[in-house]
Parts: sequence; structure tokens; C-alpha cells
Amino acid sequence: MADYKEFLEGLDREAYHEGEFQWKEDGYTVTRTNHWSPPGCHNSCGVLLYTKDDKLERVEGDPLSPFVNGRLCVRCLTLDEATNNPTRIKYPMKRVGERGENKWERISWDEAFDTLEKKIREVWDEYGGNSILLIHGTGRNTGPMTYFGNCALKTPNIATYGFTGFACYLPRLFGSFAPIGDYHIVDASEGSESRYANPEFEPPGVIVVWGNEPLKSNADGYMGHWLVQCVQMGSKIISIDPQLTWWGARAEHFLQIRPGTDAALACAWLNVIINEELYDKDFVDCWCTGFEALAQAMQEYTPSWAEEVTGIPADDIIASARLYATTKPAAIQWGLAMDQQLSAMSLNLACCDLMAITGNLDVPGGNILIRNAYNATNLPLTEPVIPKEWREKKLTMKYTFGDDCEEFTTHAASDAVLKAMECDEPYPIRMCWIETSNTIANPAMDAPRVYEAMKRVPFVVNADPFITPISVACADMLLPVSMSPERNSCRTWWTPVRSISKACSFYEAKSDEEIMLDMGRRLNPEYFPWKDDIEMMDWLLTDCSLPDPDLFKEKSTNLSLESAKVNVTQFKLKHHELAERGGYAYDEWNSVYRKHEKGMCRPDGSIGFATLSGRVELVPAVYPIWGLNPTPYHIEPPESPLSTPELMKEYPLVLTTGARSWEFFHSENRQIPTMREMHGEPLVTINPKTAKHYGIGEGDYVWIENDHGRFRQKAKLSPVVNEQTISAEHGWWFPESDAEEPSLFGTFTANPNNCTKAFETGPSGVGTSIKCMICKIYPYKEGDVLPGEQVIKRGGFIKYTPGEGYPDYDEYKQNGYCYF
Amino acid sequence: MKGILINSEFCTGCHSCEVACKKELGLVKGEFGIKLTETGPWKYDSGNQAGNWEWTWAPVLTKACDMCEERVARGKMPMCVQHCQAWCMYHGEVEDLVKKMDGKSRWILLTR
Ligand code: SF4
Ligand code: SF4
Ligand code: SF4
Repeated sequence: MADYKEFLEGLDREAYHEGEFQWKEDGYTVTRTNHWSPPGCHNSCGVLLYTKDDKLERVEGDPLSPFVNGRLCVRCLTLDEATNNPTRIKYPMKRVGERGENKWERISWDEAFDTLEKKIREVWDEYGGNSILLIHGTGRNTGPMTYFGNCALKTPNIATYGFTGFACYLPRLFGSFAPIGDYHIVDASEGSESRYANPEFEPPGVIVVWGNEPLKSNADGYMGHWLVQCVQMGSKIISIDPQLTWWGARAEHFLQIRPGTDAALACAWLNVIINEELYDKDFVDCWCTGFEALAQAMQEYTPSWAEEVTGIPADDIIASARLYATTKPAAIQWGLAMDQQLSAMSLNLACCDLMAITGNLDVPGGNILIRNAYNATNLPLTEPVIPKEWREKKLTMKYTFGDDCEEFTTHAASDAVLKAMECDEPYPIRMCWIETSNTIANPAMDAPRVYEAMKRVPFVVNADPFITPISVACADMLLPVSMSPERNSCRTWWTPVRSISKACSFYEAKSDEEIMLDMGRRLNPEYFPWKDDIEMMDWLLTDCSLPDPDLFKEKSTNLSLESAKVNVTQFKLKHHELAERGGYAYDEWNSVYRKHEKGMCRPDGSIGFATLSGRVELVPAVYPIWGLNPTPYHIEPPESPLSTPELMKEYPLVLTTGARSWEFFHSENRQIPTMREMHGEPLVTINPKTAKHYGIGEGDYVWIENDHGRFRQKAKLSPVVNEQTISAEHGWWFPESDAEEPSLFGTFTANPNNCTKAFETGPSGVGTSIKCMICKIYPYKEGDVLPGEQVIKRGGFIKYTPGEGYPDYDEYKQNGYCYF
Repeated sequence: MKGILINSEFCTGCHSCEVACKKELGLVKGEFGIKLTETGPWKYDSGNQAGNWEWTWAPVLTKACDMCEERVARGKMPMCVQHCQAWCMYHGEVEDLVKKMDGKSRWILLTR
């Protein structure tokens, strides 16, 4: 659809009920709203929900919503199969058998809330709120989870637990705030309502697709197919990926990088662009600091050095760097892989430096600065509400690594939590509240170890639409959670602000917001004054003031908290008003280019960026305070052809994990018949030559093993990976298989997190190496012990000391650390 | 005559057309009104593309496709076209669609 205007002109607006929020059509009630998971993703696309008798019957994309103009991925197109799935949890339930037996008894919401309130108050009295851990998943309204944790449970310990090294998004967020003072995304015209027809917009001349497959992941509030429209409008492609994708097959340069070495490539690009003077001198002079220091530090990172590290020929590094630097505008579409390497904070800084020195920040078709429309918050950060004594016990990285860096996140550090769970240090975790996280099937690195640790927690409540492996393994109570079409909520992340309207219901399921409100009313009523979820959303959209602002006066060193304090929402529409005007509202801030020239970035209205110095800090002042080197660098993965050449004899292949597929969002959607029709089993992609060498055929079950554990997937032979690299999927469990132990829905069978390691992070506890491991592969034989059996019945794969990381490999083997 | 025009240059193989159509026609497992084909991936060792990769997707209509007659009569797009994520599908009168075929990319015209 290279011609967007033609598309708009061809639309029959009446047929799609322009201006209506709800209408009748062929016996259905149709609701115009936005989707947010579960199940789904980060995006919140405009949808038309067709319901009959309070049941979702079908879903269509809304062509009148500028966010996607009707296009939907298969996850929303099968929303009816998820919403009406017979295996959903219908009522609150309490455990009646032992943990692991999957025996439950229906209880009322009153009984559930009474029990929970009693348990929480007991923990408060005996151990303090800090002994409660709130675990949440990703996507949808995870922002309010902070409010829930801080204000209702009174705990500072909120985490995507199991996720070592904050290795998703946070490194990119902070790696961008530090040099630029704002976050940035690729300009595909999404800032303004007129989209591709905005006369100021031009598509990127070249898009660097780096460390993600945006078409399948639709991650971080970004619709990947926007970029395909840009390509239709003329954008060229540079693809940086260990795997060939749609992008690589159409790219000017497909740089098939060795996993975990992206920072080396970024440093070499900086080297070329600086030394060949391809940078934008005016922009650097006017708007940047630290150029000299950056230029000096990059001298050692020559293209030939980077060739050795990344496996990309030096000539390709040079040519691609030239193309990026000399094409105007140019944009870098970065993704999750940036965060899942030890050099995460360096790599993200390097990318921002590249965007800045080439003059591509906040220009049409470049990387535009982005904020939540109308400054609407996801929810104010409320840590000061927690009693000081409990707040100060937050499980930060200091507890694990003793680093003296300043804390810069709002969440607890996963490894510090693991230590507390394993050895009650510095205090025990007495209760877990798991709000829709399929912990051991998905986010938890070192899944077998996290599983063992979770079993030590005396009381676990799990709110989820489905009974999942973690429910069976350790939950004592289950709460049924609503699917997206059953919720009144809103979406304030980036732009536009969107409403989410309830169109149907399912037995006694409640939304996260409703659960939070009901529980909050009991535990801290002053902070939960709303009569229902809609009033709560009205407050979130238009107000966000708190009953006791004095609590927030004390200055904190936590940047997130400080910036949240000065944030005032300018949005004026209530939830129903927003729904009735079409469900979305664009703002001015995000639709303007070159905001730094217009005094739009800094709180005092002066020109410049929102950093301390007002300029792009190519060498950010705050990095050393966070314990980080302020110029880009490369750290080898802990186990790799360069860091452990000896070990490569035993584990000769590089293992990358977590590539996305069309059908699934992390561990979601495994119960959806259409998804499993298209994608029935977990697939490990192996180059045909490699497969032949190891005697593996298409569709064979294969073991993937490292020095830590093993897992089994089905072989997919394809030249998209090179001969030294294999790529395994994540998030698999098998809702169709046995729930009870040792099966746990087969959650350990295909789980790459049998092989990932806790306590292995980059500097200051940020970044991990889960996308850049090493392994060997061999065919599965009938009768081989399955990982569930190994983990649950046979003591796991390896020995470890509670609360500690792993010794080096030799010691590990000599001391008989491995059981398998 | 109505038809569906595909610009297979940009089709990403996202399966949205397949699933949207299954929902419209109420087709069970294994049955489709439109089905995706995949060509590649391979790297050319020979010819004018030597050194380049090939990986092309394109959907094919089955006997079950009724061109979404009912939807179209009401002014709506066919389900597959409406949901095509890559925006590489066009629906309309064949003579209009043919005019889009500009000789610059790989177009496929589907009719029934
Ligand atoms: S990206 Fe897909 S799952 Fe996410 S909201 Fe859009 S259509 Fe739904
Ligand atoms: S036109 Fe309608 S029936 Fe035909 S393939 Fe597309 S969605 Fe299916
Ligand atoms: S919906 Fe469009 S992009 Fe997706 S597979 Fe079908 S034709 Fe290709």
C-alpha cells in the first residue's frame, strides 16, 4: 500500500461505522476498542469485537484506527479461541492436594480475598512488606503492578522474577535516557494521526534492523509492519542478525553477526564513521558533548578487529557503516537482543551515539524522541508510600554483587530475589503474588533452579487466565484473570492514548485492575478510593495525584522515581469519552520533529535535550555513577569461541535463543488450536550441513546441551543460520500434556532455560548472555530421561550453592557438579 | 470481474490472510480459502542474483474462496485484504488492478 492516501480514499467509512463506539450488526454487538493482552503483545491495535450473548464471536481489525488501519496479526485474529478456551480458569480456587498434584477446589472471591488479606497482614507483622514478592509478566498494563505492589502489598520487591540482568527493555531505556534524556523509536509516521500522509514525514532512507525481528515480535509498542510500508515507500535495509529473515533476504547488507558481539560491530561502525568524517559536524558541534572522548575511545575498534570478533567481513562492516552514515535520513530499529548480552549498556549507548553523530535524532525518517502521549503515566511510581524500613530493604543488585553503583531501576533484581528465596538472606520471602507470569515456562533463566527456590516460599497466589506450570508447581491459590476483551482499561504507553473497553465476560474472571482495586481497598483504602475499574482508569488517564504528596518530597537518587515525580498528565478525557471518540487520541508533542530545537524536551522550556547538560551526552555523565564505563566497549559472552576456546571442543556450536514466531507471544497461545495447527512443536533451526554432520534429519527430536543442562526440540533444517550457530525457541509448554509433576505440562522438556545461568550479568548487574551461549547437539533416543524427570525426580542437572553463582567450568566438572 | 492483486515482493508470510479467511468461511483445521506458498530461502551461486538471497511468499486462492462477496457488497474489504499486515493485497475490478502492475516488482493477480 505504497499509497496511503489512496487507501484512505478507498475506505467505505460508513461500512465501518465511523464515529460509533458500539452498534448492532447481524445480531452481533460490535464494540470498537483496542486490544491488549492477554493474549497478544505490547501493541494495542484497533479492533472491532463482535459479541453475542456476552461472548466473543469474532474479531476484525479497525480500518479507521490509524495505529494499524485494520491490519491484525494472527494472535488477534484468533482471540475468540483464546477468550472462549475451555481450559481457562473460571473461579477462584484453593489447592487441596500437595503442590505439584494439580488438585483444586472452587472458592468464592470473598474467601479468596479474606485469605489473602489475612496472609498479607501476617507477613507485614512478622517479616515486613519486603518479604512479599510481586511477580508480573510483560505486555498489557504491567505499569499498574508497581502501584499495586507499592500501595497495596507495601512491598518494594516487584520483579519479572527469574529474569537475570533486567535483560529486557530496561537496558535500552536507560541506555537511551543517559545520553539523550528521552527514549527514541524509528519514525514510521506513528507520531501523528495523519500517518504516512503527514506532509512532514518521509520514510527512512535506510532502516537498520538490529537485534530483533520486528514483524514477528511487534515488541515495545512498535508495529513491525509499519516498517514494511516504509520499505514500500523506498526505504533500504541493513539487517544485523545471526539469522536470515525477511529483512536479510531484501537487504543491501545482511550482516550475519555472531550472537553476543553486536557491541563490537557498533564500536567499529563508530570507528569508521568518525575516522572517515562521515558524521554530521553541525549536529555534533551544536547539540553534543563528549565527541573527542568518544572518538579517542573508538580508535582501537577497527573493522578488522571487529571482523575477528563478529565474524562479519571488515569490508562489509565498512560498506554498511558508510551506507548508514551517508543516507539521510537513516534509522536504527533496535530490539531485545541488545539487552541480552553482557555489553548491553555499552551497545545501547553506542547505538544512541551513532544516531546522534549522524544527525538522525528526531528528524523525519530518523529515530524520533517519543513519550507517552499527553504525558499520561503508566502509573506514578509510589515507592515512598511503603514504610521506610521496608522500602530500604529492596532487593537490589547490591545484595547480590556488592556493587556500589546507584540503583536506577524501579524493580527488584532477580538474582537478589533468588538469593533471598534460596537462603533467606538478607531475609526470607514469605509470600509470592504472581500476577500473570508463567514464570518457569518463560522468563525464568535457570528455570530448574528458580523452580526449586519458588517451592521454598510458604504461600503463593497465582492470578492467570490459565493453569500454567508455575500454578501446578507451587501455587496455593488461583485467581481467574480476564482476557483483553473482558477488561476496562487504557493504554498510555507511547502514542496515541487508547481506551480498552469491556465487551464480554467469562465466568468469575476479573481483570488485573479489578483484582488490584478490590485488594487495595482492603489493605490501603486511602490509595484505592475508586468505586470501580472505570473510575480508576479515569484517575489514571486524567489525574494521577496521590493522597499524600508530602511523602514524595524527599529527594531520591533513583532517576525513574525522580522523573515520575515531575510528570503531570495533560490528558482531559475520561475513559468513556475516549472510548466514544473512537478509542484513541494523538497528542502534539509526539507529532513534532526536532523537539530539542523548539524547547520541548526540557522541563524549563529551554532548547536542548533533557539531559543534565542539555546536549546529547555521547559520553554520558551518569554512566560512571551507575558503575558503567561511559564509552562503548565489547565484552565477550562468558562462553564463546573467543572466551573459552577449550570448551568449544566439547560444545562446538553457538546457541542463540528466543527468536519470535508469528503465532506466540512468549509462553502464550499454546492452547489455541489454530496456532498449534500452524506451529505444533518447538523448533530448533539448524543449518542443513551441520545437521548432516551430527546425523540429524528434518523433524527429528534433538537434544541441545551445554555445561548446565539440556532440552529437546524438533529439528528444522534451514540455511537461515550459519553452520556454527543454532537457534532454539523459548516459552514452550504443552497444555495438552499432564499437569501434575513430574510433567508440569512438559515445561522443562523444551526449555532453553535449563541451560541459562542465574547470577551471570553484565556490569552493574545489567545484561545477560542468554542469546549467545554454546552447546552441542545430538539426536534424542527413545528412553532418554526427559528434563522434567531430571529436574523434579532426580535432583536437577547440576549442583549449586544456594545464593551463589557458578564456579568456572573446570572446577565444575572436577567436583562432579553435573548429574547428567 | 473482481480480483485480488498481490505484490509478493512485500508479502512477509505472516499468515494473517490465511487465518482471517478461515474465520470468515468457518473452515476447520487443514482447510483454507487462501493458502500461503513459500519459495526459498536459498542463496544464489549463479546467474544475475549470485550472492543474493531468495525468500518469497505468496498466497494462492482455493476453491473455497468466494471473494467475500457479502462483505464486499456492504462496502467492506475482503477479510484477507483488510488484515494483510504487509499491505501487499489489493481488491478491486481487474482492469483497475492491472494498472498497478508497474513492471518494477513481482505482482500476482488472483481471480476466480
Ligand atoms: S500486534 Fe498482533 S497481538 Fe498485538 S495487538 Fe496487534 S494484532 Fe493484536
Ligand atoms: S476474498 Fe474472502 S473468501 Fe477469498 S480468500 Fe480472501 S478472505 Fe477468503
Ligand atoms: S496477510 Fe499479506 S503479508 Fe501476510 S501472508 Fe498474507 S499476503 Fe502475505
